[in-house]
Amino acid sequence: MRYLSARWLTVYAVTYMIFLYAPVILLPLFAFNTSTIVAFPLTGFTTEWFVGLWHTETLHVALWNSAKVAVSTALLSTLLGAFAARASARFAFPGKTGIVGLIMLPLVLPEIIIAVALLIMLNQLGLPLSLWTVVAGHVLICTPFSIAILSSAYRGLDRELEEASLDLGESRWGTFRRITLPLVLPGIISSLLITFTISLDEFIIAFFLTGTDVTLPVYIWSQLRFPAKLPSVMALGTILLALSILLLIVAEALRRRSAARQGIDTTLAGV
Amino acid sequence: MAVTFDQEAQQGLKLISPTLVYVLLLLAAPLLMVITFSFWTQDYLTIDTTPTFANYREAWGTPIYPVLMWRSLKISLIVTAVTVALAFPVAYFLSFHVTRRKALWLFLITVPFWTSYLLRVFLWKVILGYNGVLNSALLSIGIIDEPLTFILYNLNAVVITLAHAWAPFAILPIFVALERIDRSLLEAANDLGDGPFRRFFRITLPLAMPGIVAATLIVLIPTVGDFITPRLVGGTDGLMIANMIQIQMGKANNAPLGAALAVSSMLVIGVISAAIFLGGKKLGGRVR
Amino acid sequence: MAENATRPMIAITDVVKKFGTFTALHGITADIAEGEFFSLLGPSGCGKTTLLRMLAGFEPPTGGTISIDGKDMSGIAANARPTNMVFQSYAIFPHLNVEENVGYGLKTRRMPKAQIKAEVDKVLALVDMANYGKRKAHELSGGQRQRVALARALVMRPKVILLDEPLSALDKKLRDQMQVELRALQRSIGITFILVTHDQEEALIMSDRIAVMFEGRIEQMDKPEGLYRHPVNKRVASFIGVMNFLPAVARDETQDTITLDIPSLGTTIIPRDRLGSSISVRDITTVGVRPEMLTLLFDANDTSEHEVEAEVVDSQYYGDMTYYGVRLRGQDAPVTISMRNTAGRSVAAPGSTVRVGWGAESIVVFRD
Repeated sequence: MRYLSARWLTVYAVTYMIFLYAPVILLPLFAFNTSTIVAFPLTGFTTEWFVGLWHTETLHVALWNSAKVAVSTALLSTLLGAFAARASARFAFPGKTGIVGLIMLPLVLPEIIIAVALLIMLNQLGLPLSLWTVVAGHVLICTPFSIAILSSAYRGLDRELEEASLDLGESRWGTFRRITLPLVLPGIISSLLITFTISLDEFIIAFFLTGTDVTLPVYIWSQLRFPAKLPSVMALGTILLALSILLLIVAEALRRRSAARQGIDTTLAGV
Repeated sequence: MAVTFDQEAQQGLKLISPTLVYVLLLLAAPLLMVITFSFWTQDYLTIDTTPTFANYREAWGTPIYPVLMWRSLKISLIVTAVTVALAFPVAYFLSFHVTRRKALWLFLITVPFWTSYLLRVFLWKVILGYNGVLNSALLSIGIIDEPLTFILYNLNAVVITLAHAWAPFAILPIFVALERIDRSLLEAANDLGDGPFRRFFRITLPLAMPGIVAATLIVLIPTVGDFITPRLVGGTDGLMIANMIQIQMGKANNAPLGAALAVSSMLVIGVISAAIFLGGKKLGGRVR
Repeated sequence: MAENATRPMIAITDVVKKFGTFTALHGITADIAEGEFFSLLGPSGCGKTTLLRMLAGFEPPTGGTISIDGKDMSGIAANARPTNMVFQSYAIFPHLNVEENVGYGLKTRRMPKAQIKAEVDKVLALVDMANYGKRKAHELSGGQRQRVALARALVMRPKVILLDEPLSALDKKLRDQMQVELRALQRSIGITFILVTHDQEEALIMSDRIAVMFEGRIEQMDKPEGLYRHPVNKRVASFIGVMNFLPAVARDETQDTITLDIPSLGTTIIPRDRLGSSISVRDITTVGVRPEMLTLLFDANDTSEHEVEAEVVDSQYYGDMTYYGVRLRGQDAPVTISMRNTAGRSVAAPGSTVRVGWGAESIVVFRD
């Protein structure tokens, strides 16, 4: 069975992983390096770049803006995604394929197209750009992800479970509270976390649709022009990476725990 | 064909209406506006709304734009081909040669992508630069005497950067498709006398084709619209259509032209994607 | 009949159900008495599950009415009906343990916790799941889940329990055992049970009465023995058990009897009331004989009302029974004859000639 012999494949895979991690390893490496030039050899250990970040007011503002945008995006796109996912999983209605296709369209459109389209419309309507316009764009691209995650959560929620609850005398609201919500909750949390992360890192739409308040990626973009700022940017990147990994691990742990509680297979079924 | 709005249909439509309305207002309407815009003309700050094909004539007629479009396509196709080709063996390795902890491998593959995309592109610029990490490392070890110049500010850099950026998006669909292949098919083929080479081309590859097509499209479409990577590491050779659209929307103040360029690019991408999708259907799906 | 004096527990009157242009049920009428074990039997797609769901309140009828315990159920939602359902998939709530599952409906009624515990313990003991209270659904086997689903419905003390193919997911041995247990349970608590199944054996074993359904209509509704011995047409006859069909024609008739000519077997006289009202003498083209109503006469001393000679084509040994394929004179397709393997009984080898015994009692008459 092994034309691509196992040994060569393993070598290839490991090399590939080194390739994947190369830039990432650089982040902490040069974030603690004293030199402002990012090149070998390393010159010395320092935490001054991290300390500098702590004192950079504009960074804090951008971070706060990004947080606001990301939280709003996560909430709104998960809500819209929940409606659409349930409608799609439970009901048949005319035009369903077209409607769902339209909602999922942002997955296959380059972000620049979405950004440009929204920009044109906002200009025509005379509406100012602000963090809310960024949220509007982010929700467009995050909702399809939310739908994908929640659709599989709803599919695991057998219709008969909700019927059984009604049959046993529970009201619709009670059924939602006691059966639907607990079972869909892992999916909801997953959706919130993933849409939050996507929004936090999103650059193109933010770049086009932001007004005077910038988000973190736009801030980083503005800093890349200055070579002296490089180590600070490295430090920032290191922090963001660590946070993202932490978030991911927490999300995965939560997901496994709640799935185990329900006895669902937590291996790769559905990834 | 009668359309029935029975109770189930009503409930379904009611439930999906908030999302639908949102998307209609903020996606469908703007996209229509882009198309409409592409038929108008802008003179500095005033917009003339008489419909005209002038922008399209300029977009397809003036040499710079088709050249840019063609180059973007070329770059994107090369990036896609390289990325998918590099990703396939990894997916194959994961599916067929890793028995325990597949989830861990997948997790490890995705971790690098939890850094900001901007930063990653920038890091490649830092790695591949004249005074960059790669050159300084090779110099200090003594492998080279002078810094390498062919690795930055050109097509190579763009390819490397994007092959890195899109790696998990290429690996995952192929992996999923490979996982779905019934191993007993391969055993049966083995039993019937096929060697590993033939087994791969007759069974594995065709059955993995939907995943390969998915990976191709997932990488190709956003790549055509990417302007960050070409701007940071592409040099003058690496400038792509998205950069041009950005310029028209911004400094050059010619949104209608920008719109026409955007619509034209979408049409071209649409045609190519359809071709890839249909080609994938013909080449794959069934065991040969 | 005594049933006229007491009101039926369930009265289904002219119930019609359409899905768009497709009619799933064409005017169903049936009365079900209190304490009855009633089955809806039919192949998949016949509408039996649709009817059950309408009783439960999950689908409204397009036409007709359903009354439960004298009250019209039109417009009454599922959660307000005096019914409880055991679902085909059991629908055990995966995030709650067995106790919480069974007590779910009682909690909705705001019963005090201690009382819920008492009721749950009682009913779990009834279904033989006494020590499983803290288990989760995924830790239970199929049969155990089925009992929990049953307990969850029973603890509510409904007027009617609806069961949607509750045993179809179990393996044969377990299914056989559960059939007997369910029947005994129903008898002891006296609640009306409505069972939906496609397994005719299951229906025969458990039910007081069965409604056989095809394509949205009740073809015949009767006690098990009535359905088996006097199926009203060929479709019901072949759905329930095995039936041999032979061409026949009515030669003569009197006020009380009919003379039948059955080419492969002979001539016989049957009482007229066996015909049923819908068949007239002229319509008779086929008769049916159950496999156990034909006998192989091995001994010279074995006799029967009528007998013919025939050739044994094959045999299948089932341990307690042997099923023979026997070719009768003038019939291409062999008929099935079942013989109990009593001690000392001979076995007929394929290819041998045998004497087949039959009687007027054995014959069932059909129109087409």
